[in-house]
Amino acid sequence: MSYEAHFRVWRGDAVGGDLQDFSVEVNEGEVVLDIIHRLQATQAGDLAVRWNCKAGKCGSCSAEINGRPRLLCMTRMSTFAEADMITVTPLRAFPVIRDLVTDVSFNYAKAREIPAFAPPKGVAAGDYRMEQIDVERSQEFRKCIECFLCQNVCHVVRDHEDNKDAFAGPRFLMRIAELDMHPLDEMDRKKQAQDEHGLGYCNITKCCTEVCPEHIKITDNALIPMKERVVDRKFDPLVWLGSKIRRRENV
Amino acid sequence: MTTVSATPPLRGEGASTPPAVDGSAPQRAGTDFPGRARINARTLRTDRWWLQPLITVSVLGVFIVYTGVRIFTREYYWVDEYHYLTPLFSPCLSDSCAPGSSHLGTPLPELPFFIPLPFLIFPILAGFRATCYYYRKAYYRSFWLSPPACAVAEPHKAYSGETRFPLIIQNAHRYFFFAASILLLINTYDAALAFFPETGFGFGIGSLILLVNVTLLWGYSLSCHSCRHITGGRLKHFSKHPLRYRAWMLVSRLNARHMQFAWISLISVMATDVYILAVSAGWISDFRFIG
Repeated sequence: MSYEAHFRVWRGDAVGGDLQDFSVEVNEGEVVLDIIHRLQATQAGDLAVRWNCKAGKCGSCSAEINGRPRLLCMTRMSTFAEADMITVTPLRAFPVIRDLVTDVSFNYAKAREIPAFAPPKGVAAGDYRMEQIDVERSQEFRKCIECFLCQNVCHVVRDHEDNKDAFAGPRFLMRIAELDMHPLDEMDRKKQAQDEHGLGYCNITKCCTEVCPEHIKITDNALIPMKERVVDRKFDPLVWLGSKIRRRENV
Repeated sequence: MTTVSATPPLRGEGASTPPAVDGSAPQRAGTDFPGRARINARTLRTDRWWLQPLITVSVLGVFIVYTGVRIFTREYYWVDEYHYLTPLFSPCLSDSCAPGSSHLGTPLPELPFFIPLPFLIFPILAGFRATCYYYRKAYYRSFWLSPPACAVAEPHKAYSGETRFPLIIQNAHRYFFFAASILLLINTYDAALAFFPETGFGFGIGSLILLVNVTLLWGYSLSCHSCRHITGGRLKHFSKHPLRYRAWMLVSRLNARHMQFAWISLISVMATDVYILAVSAGWISDFRFIG
């Protein structure tokens, strides 16, 4: 049950490049990454693509297929009609290195800016104790495979390069939320989230949630709760006053 | 995932702005920045990504125009015979209100013609919806095109999000939630009153419409993200607050349907108002089941 598919693949580097047309064999059960590999094997031996697990767990093969940020290995060819033109481009928010490979080091720089887990002083690593219901809310965020599709699709940096300095992006704001919700983390991350990592830039248009291959509810469960926590700390005088009177933090 | 470059620099060290290979400044809107893949199209999406913003503009546009005109009318918002009061005018608080429509009395004097009767409550209702996390997504995408759809370049050259005035006011959503909840209690009383016309107990189509409408409004309010935060979302230790944890779980389940509640309740408010307008104006008569 094979057929010839029409592919249009972006080829080039930081200086320039273009979309190139290919006609390539597709077999039943294949994903887009299989077709890219077939192109490498038969027609474009120097086509650059980053990949690793082929199972949607390593987050390496992020690209844009028909304009939508997706994992190449998790996009089934059966979701397209045989006559469709399938366009594959590199991630458009990051500098391109070559063909489908981009330089995602922006994300690693942002990761390094977030202070690590801060447990209570005097408690050794093996002595952490917490209730399951206290920690399970943030466990959803641990599913992240760091494919950076959310970082790529977020218009705050995708459409505005100049915001990259001030905005950490949804993946790392989610990391801040994860730590802020953690029952043993003692660092106050609310003002940091707003003042240093650019939470206020997020206008909750939910594209990060739409593209997440792990189906993490980034906006509803991480970004909006974090915005509400920031309101507690920065914009709600009643909550601020209550915290001063009752002197209760980390409830 | 492995990185392809050496240890990246931190903030302020040029981590985020790629070098301009052609010497131009990286200030253009869209994804066409130096260093990125040169693709001229603002999007390569082939689906009908424009349909959702179009529907949003259409429905919200109709609602905004309708309510904008409606609040300036001073009649047909109260059916005295059956005790139907439209939610857009509840509570009616001035001496200009129709006799019988002011459940809470009339602390305000006669209002000049250019001040709408619901001039105190309408900003609360509008503010609650305008600062709602779901509606923000909807109108940022559809009215402000920021972005019009995912992976579709927005037309604006600069973007500061909700970091400064006026959009920083969005952070007041919880206060609108509190105020709107008080109005919702009054709406609930209105719906109950619609089952007790002048003749005693009785109800008609209008009573049921008011009941359904207020139920949907409760669904919208209780599924609100601020409500979710207040009930338990702000806690770090659910185990120390079992009741709040249960409440948070319940609100979280509703919260997953917040978008649906937002749309359905918006339409139900308008439909309820249209029905009461039609009955009050005598265009149709209310079908009565009892009384």
